[in-house]
Order: sequence, then C-alpha cells, then structure tokens
Amino acid sequence: MEKEILRIERLSVSFSQYGRGLARRRLSAVEELSLSVYAGEIVAVVGSSGSGKSLLAHAVMGILPYNGRLEGRIWFNGEPLTQKRAAKLRGKELCLVPQNVSYLDPLMRVGEQVTGGRSSPSRRGKCKSVLAGYGLEAGVERKYPFQLSGGMIRRILISTAVMETPKLVIADEPTPGLHPEAAGRVMGHFKEIAKAGAGVLLITHDIELALLTADRVVVLYGGRMIEEAPASAFSDETKLSHPYTRALCRSMPKNWNPDGERLCDTGDILSYMRKEYGR
Amino acid sequence: MKQERQNRLRHGGIWFGGQILRAAALIVLVSVLAFFLVSVSPIDPLQTNVGQAALGAMSREQIEKLEAYWGVDTPPTERYLSWAFDFLRGDMGVSLLYRRPVAEILAEKLGNSVWLLLSAWVCSGLFGFFLGMLAGHRRGGSADRFVTGLSLVVASTPSFWIAMVLLLTFAVQLKWFPIGLGVPIGAASEAVSLADRLYHAALPAASLSIAGISSIALHTREKMIEVMESEYILFARARGESEVCLILRHGFRNILLPAVTLQFASVSEIIGGSVLVEQVFSYPGLGQAAVTAGLGGDVPLLLGITVLTAAVVFSGNLAANLLYHVIDPRIRKGGTE
Ligand SMILES: Nc1ncnc2c1ncn2[C@@H]1O[C@H](COP(=O)(O)OP(=O)(O)O)[C@@H](O)[C@H]1O
Ligand SMILES: [Mg+2]
Repeated sequence: MEKEILRIERLSVSFSQYGRGLARRRLSAVEELSLSVYAGEIVAVVGSSGSGKSLLAHAVMGILPYNGRLEGRIWFNGEPLTQKRAAKLRGKELCLVPQNVSYLDPLMRVGEQVTGGRSSPSRRGKCKSVLAGYGLEAGVERKYPFQLSGGMIRRILISTAVMETPKLVIADEPTPGLHPEAAGRVMGHFKEIAKAGAGVLLITHDIELALLTADRVVVLYGGRMIEEAPASAFSDETKLSHPYTRALCRSMPKNWNPDGERLCDTGDILSYMRKEYGR
Repeated sequence: MKQERQNRLRHGGIWFGGQILRAAALIVLVSVLAFFLVSVSPIDPLQTNVGQAALGAMSREQIEKLEAYWGVDTPPTERYLSWAFDFLRGDMGVSLLYRRPVAEILAEKLGNSVWLLLSAWVCSGLFGFFLGMLAGHRRGGSADRFVTGLSLVVASTPSFWIAMVLLLTFAVQLKWFPIGLGVPIGAASEAVSLADRLYHAALPAASLSIAGISSIALHTREKMIEVMESEYILFARARGESEVCLILRHGFRNILLPAVTLQFASVSEIIGGSVLVEQVFSYPGLGQAAVTAGLGGDVPLLLGITVLTAAVVFSGNLAANLLYHVIDPRIRKGGTE
C-alpha cells in the first residue's frame, strides 16, 4: 500500500454573512467532507459549478478568504496540516495548479513567475528545461502571459508545480476551454506527475475526463460528498450508490443508446437533488 | 517583422502629430477664453492702477494716453489678434504693470514657482502612493481606516485653508519657518542661497503636497485592493511567496503605472492650488503673478501665464499617455501576438 499523502476528515467551510438587518448567519459551503489521496494516485473531485471544489482546494492550501471558517481535520504526509505548516509547505511539497491565465501576474514575464519568488541561476536553468519538456519553445520565458495561447498558459501553470518536488498537486479545473486533444495532453502531464510519486487531486466538472485520468472519483454536490468510487465503477452503474451519480454516469455520451436517445431524465434528478440538498 | 516595426513607427508618428495639433488647439482656446474673461471683467484697469483721485486730476490728453497704454480704446478682437500675431512671431509683449517683457517676468516667476510646484508634486506623489499602498494592502484594517479618513478630510479641505493653518502653526506660533516671500527680506539676489529658497518654499510646498495627497492615495488604495484580491495574488500566496514578496513583486508592479499616470495627469491640480497657496504666503511665483495680472487688467502678462500653464498641464497629460504606451507591455506589444 502506498503512503497516505493527504487525509481530510469531516472538513467544513463556512462563511459568515450579513442577512437582513444586523443578523449574521453562517453559510456553509462545504460540509463534512472526508477523503484521502495516496502517493502516486490521481483522485478526481467532480461536481457542478458552485459545489465547493475550489474551496476544498483552498482549504488544503490554507488560502481561504479571511471571512471563511474551516472546521475538521487535515493531515499531510502523516502529520496534522495546521495553517502554519501549510504556509511553510505550500509552493514546495504542496502545489496548486490553477485554472487560467488570470492566476498569472499580467505584468511579469512568465519565466520569472515559473521560478517564483526564489530565483537563482539553477532555478532559472530548471525552469528552461521544464518548459522545454512541455514542448514550449525556447524564449517563451521572456514573454508576458497575454502573449501566450490558452494551451501554453496551461502548460506554464503546470510547470510551476513541476519546478518543485511536490508530494501533493491540487489541480483546480486545469482543462476548460481546451479542445479535447489538448485537454488529453494536459491530463497526460498529471499522470506523469503521479507516476513520479506525487498524489494528485484533480478538480474538474468534466466527468469523462476524470474517468480517463483518475484512479478514484469523488462526487460533490452542494458542498457535500455524495459518492466515492473507483473509476472502474462508472462502467457499471449498479456499483454506484447515489442516484445523482448514476444519472451522471448515464448522461455520458458513451452510455447513450445507439440511436442517441438519453437514458435518463436529468431534470427529474436535479429537482430531486435541489429538494434534498436545499440548493 | 521589419514591416511591422515600420508600421508601428508610422502609427506613433501620426499619434504624436495628433497630440501636437491638440496642444495647439488647446492653447488657442485657453488664450481666447482668458482674453474674453478679462475683457468682460468689470475691473477698469485705469481706475485700479492709476486711482480714482489721480484720474480726476488729469487732463483729457493724459487720460487718453493712459487709455491707449492700457488698450481700453482698441476693440477686443483687434487687441487679441495683434497679441496672437506677436505671440506667433515669438514676442509675448510687455507687461503693463511691470513694464518689462512678459517672457522675462515668466522666466523669473517660473524660476520661483518651479521649486514649489516640483517638490509639491513629487512629495504628494510619493507620500500618496505609499499611503495608498499601505491602506489597500489590508482593506478595512486600521491603516486603511486612517489613510481613508485622512484623505477624505484633506480632499474636502481647500488648499488655501491648509496653507493658513500651516502658516499660523509653524510660522506664526512656532516660528520654525518664515511667514512669507520667496527669499529673505532685504537680501541681495546674489546673496540668496539655494537653502534660503528651499526654506522659504517649505511651507507653501507642504500645503500643496498635503492638498494633492488625497487623490493619489485613494486611487492607489483602490488599485491595491483590486490587486490584493486578484487571482494572481492568491496563486502567488499558494506558491509560498511571503507577504512582503507579494507586495513588492506583484503589488508594486501592478499599481505603479496607474499611479504615475494619475500623478502626471494631476499637474493641473497642483498648479491650480498654487495660485491660492502662493497668495497666502505672498510667494512671488506664477500663481501670484496670475492673480496680480488678472486683477490689474495686465492682458499680455495674463495671457502669457495662461499659455505657459496650459502648455505645462498639457505636457503632463502627454507624459501620462506616453507612459501607458511605452511602459505597459500589454499595450507596448500591440495587445496580441
Ligand atoms: N468568499 C466567499 N464568501 C461567501 N461565499 C463564498 C465565498 N467563496 C465561495 N463561496 C461560496 O461557496 C460555494 C462554492 O464555491 P467554489 O468552491 O468556488 O465552487 P466550485 O465548485 O465552482 O469551485 C459557492 O456557492 C460560493 O457561493
Ligand atoms: Mg472553482
């Protein structure tokens, strides 16, 4: 059995909000979520927009917004991951791969951003070789983010994690806006990272991509975890426990009837979910 | 590639030509407006400058001579056109009050004012930028509340009032600074050192700086908040960059350009403020000369000052525009690849 890199137990994230008048109420965005990631494994977190995926990532990184409150426990590499420890480890053993170009400083050359705050000749050399390894032409490190295409930006963002020797990589929706071929290539990069021994938490709303890449899939709905299953379970929906996941499974094009008719009515299940989960 | 560079150069040339035309149009408009305002002003230059009693004692011929001197007998259009033609030939005329060439007076007054304006401009820029950065780093924090409060108070206080408070406190009460003028009283102009000049410019410059701080501070704060809440700061934090690193590497870089641009565009405010502040401190600069010329009906001097300040303000705006085009890589590289 591989080493458990990340273990999350009953994690909740809530925000205080001002309601009517001066009454403050807590709005919980993630509730009682538990999951583990082992070394060399890719765990996909799938959920629709607003289901709390990014908050999960930010909670682990220790970069929740100041009005967010975190409950529950997180272990990293066998030890409790306190806010202080997260601050020390992030950017080194604990890496985040963000979604798009807006996570890069628009006025800084990408090379300087890939090396990060600690620029040294050896790091600059490594940066060049990492970028070259991702098929980015020489000289790309002297460009500004706005000069690069979406696919190139995605590879730059992944490079920031590969520059370090991470034990855990959290990728927050690394593919939207890419055509399937480019998305597949990006997924390949994450497989390489996992093969090199890191755990990968792959956040996405694309279930098919998740199944292609991940070993295990966690499904979130409205901030709650409703299913955790190995990727193989999705080829046989009787192995899935939750009606939402089963519907999700059936709605994938490869599971449609040969005549193209969908086998489930997503509307029904969504209205059921809304009633059940209140959102 | 070469073609592209040539294209960009041509565009740059056209843009620059356009700016020159705009400057010319601005100067024409401003001088016409200033002239129009003086000619409709109820102030009679003869009565103001010669005096009611003296006029009463004069003969008809003497009064006619004076009227000719002050230009009261010529129609306004003719007067303006003759001034404009002389101006185009490089002759700004002779000041009616000082009886010296306008160009000479402008050089002297500008020489006095330039210290004041420049130091006020630089100080308000530096302090405003620093305060704005401090405030915007943590929105709603104690530094933010202090800076925002201060800026709002200053923004709603007229600059001459700040000048009077400083004058009363530091010159009259504490006697740390002279109460007015640009040089020590009675000193020969060769004996006046740079230190003397700076000493006399200190309070007026401080008043102007304080008055100019609020807009740059509030603007920088706004930008800084935007930057600190941006996704690239979040990501930099996720990469383990320290708070100081965030501010210096990303914050500074992203707020510097808008701040400098604003500062160049705000030259007009400093010059406008200097008119009143120089009045309070009896500082013999451009602002004071403008007031004297306006109230005394000295048309050539007033027009000279107006054109000069319009040109300075325009240069400030031009510099602001240029900065954006030259420094920001997104604009410099043409926006797309
Ligand atoms: N700073 C915040 N204050 C209040 N609510 C927030 C804040 N950030 C996120 N939320 C709420 O948390 C929920 C989950 O957000 P997020 O994790 O970004 O979803 P996603 O799964 O699309 O990444 C959203 O419904 C959002 O309204
Ligand atoms: Mg998200």
